[in-house]
Amino acid sequence: MMLMERLGRFCARAYLGLFFAYLFAPLFYMIAAAFNRSSVPTLSPWRGFTLHWFAVAWQDDRLWQALGTSFLVGCAVVVLSITLGLAGALLMSRLKARGRGLLYALLVAPVLMPGIVIGLSTAIFWDRAAQVSGFWGLAVLGQSSFISTYCMLIFMARLQRFDETLEEAALDLGASPRQVFWTVTLPYLRPALFSAVALAFIQSFENYNTTLFSIGIDETLPIYIAGKLRVGVTPAINAVACAMIAATLLAGLSFELARLYRRKRSRSRSRRIGHQAASS
Amino acid sequence: MSSALTRFGRLGLAYIFTATGLWLLVLMLLPLIVTIDYAFRPFLPPVDWGGPNDRYTFDNFAVVLLNKFNQTIFLKTIWASVLVTVLSLAACYPVAYTLAREKRSGRARWLAIALIIPFLVNELLRAFAWQLLLSYKGLFNQVLMSLGFISEPFDFINKNVGVIVGLVYTYLLFMILPLYTALESLDPNLVDAARDLGAPWWRIHWDVVLPHAKPGLANGCIVTFMLAAGSFAVPQLLGGTGSLWFTQLIYNQFNAINWNMGAAYAFCLVILCLVFIVIVMWLLRVRLSDIAR
Repeated sequence: MMLMERLGRFCARAYLGLFFAYLFAPLFYMIAAAFNRSSVPTLSPWRGFTLHWFAVAWQDDRLWQALGTSFLVGCAVVVLSITLGLAGALLMSRLKARGRGLLYALLVAPVLMPGIVIGLSTAIFWDRAAQVSGFWGLAVLGQSSFISTYCMLIFMARLQRFDETLEEAALDLGASPRQVFWTVTLPYLRPALFSAVALAFIQSFENYNTTLFSIGIDETLPIYIAGKLRVGVTPAINAVACAMIAATLLAGLSFELARLYRRKRSRSRSRRIGHQAASS
Repeated sequence: MSSALTRFGRLGLAYIFTATGLWLLVLMLLPLIVTIDYAFRPFLPPVDWGGPNDRYTFDNFAVVLLNKFNQTIFLKTIWASVLVTVLSLAACYPVAYTLAREKRSGRARWLAIALIIPFLVNELLRAFAWQLLLSYKGLFNQVLMSLGFISEPFDFINKNVGVIVGLVYTYLLFMILPLYTALESLDPNLVDAARDLGAPWWRIHWDVVLPHAKPGLANGCIVTFMLAAGSFAVPQLLGGTGSLWFTQLIYNQFNAINWNMGAAYAFCLVILCLVFIVIVMWLLRVRLSDIAR
């Protein structure tokens, strides 16, 4: 029995190891190939270490332009999605009427819709309704239609634990609805706002499917990468990948650290309040 | 309503209703309605719009579903996506189970972070990484040839292998997370009790763990299938001309400016996803409210 159990645990651990190797090995291979002197992205044959491909990528104006467009689209999507998602969350959290289920289903549906269908319908609609052909603004609208849903879900999760009597108290004490929103509701929502901004930006920055159909001749970073991958791949694209992964890891790490720091601070604050309450 | 007015004020209510309304109408419903309308109309030059030829017809759908070439690709997309879902489930279930049974919370947290990191990398780049391994002169072919298993490179890309491997890799997380969430709430005492009563390991999983994980399982399968069937980047990079994906047909029509045809393809894709959802829910006997949490 003991032996069986140990064997089972060994198998589980071996499988987990294999699984993580499967997850990471392709990425390491891609990163390592950025440093090979070869003219095609590969590790074999190894032609010596070089940073040449980083220099090539750095000097590509199209890359910088695409990065700029990605930032522009990302920021616009953040603003729009937060605005729409917050409205949806406030509506859903207070709406008790019939039809709530239907409205919820409608607002959640876009995350289940294939991205290319959203992109295609955005392109068709704006072309037909306003003779607007694809440009970065349409990509913003297309992406926001489903990124707003993510924001709404984040806000709703936070609002679910909201003590509504706080708002009622503020109103009873003579605060205007606007004051209540800015001094009670919004501060409560701040952690959710933080997450929603980060998620919306990342989602927009990563998006390829919806963007491809709605962006026309403009280029975001994924569109640029896809273009590079289609014709004449050089290790310069591995260098871009390398930089992007490094940036993502740094951003993720600082996000996680910020969260830990805030949690620690709020915990020590509540402990302090607890001490004061106990000593008084 | 009056309580809502005192709560949010006139301005607040105006914001809530306008923003939600615009989102629903302008960003979602109207584009969808116009697209469906397009799907049922013939492709015509703008001068003929509203003319005698501009009437509702099923012609586009006939081409999508009856044309031999399109039919093959449509069916291929279905079976390949089902295969991707099954492979993904098989690969993820042990991981999700081990993770959920991990007692040391710190270790579980690190494992979870390690799981998420690869999925922060752009989908295109993940597909590209596999392209480096699976291409004609890629690492796998080099290794297999130098070991003497094959005498000439195997065409992973044009034989659908690339797409399937790439899709499994790309959407693993969407299978693991719901499975993990469902398994985490399983009382470990139940598993111990089953074991103490002499159940072999496969009975424990079949009769105790899996029934408990059903909502997460359904959620993971549905999302993975839909992502796979609707994927575009992965088939574009890991599939050759010999292994087209249904979404690539949509893009080809879009590029050829035949948006009516493209809309019809898109319509079929959405219907396919809906049918799959219904089938999974029926097979696993779960309700929508169990899955969408």
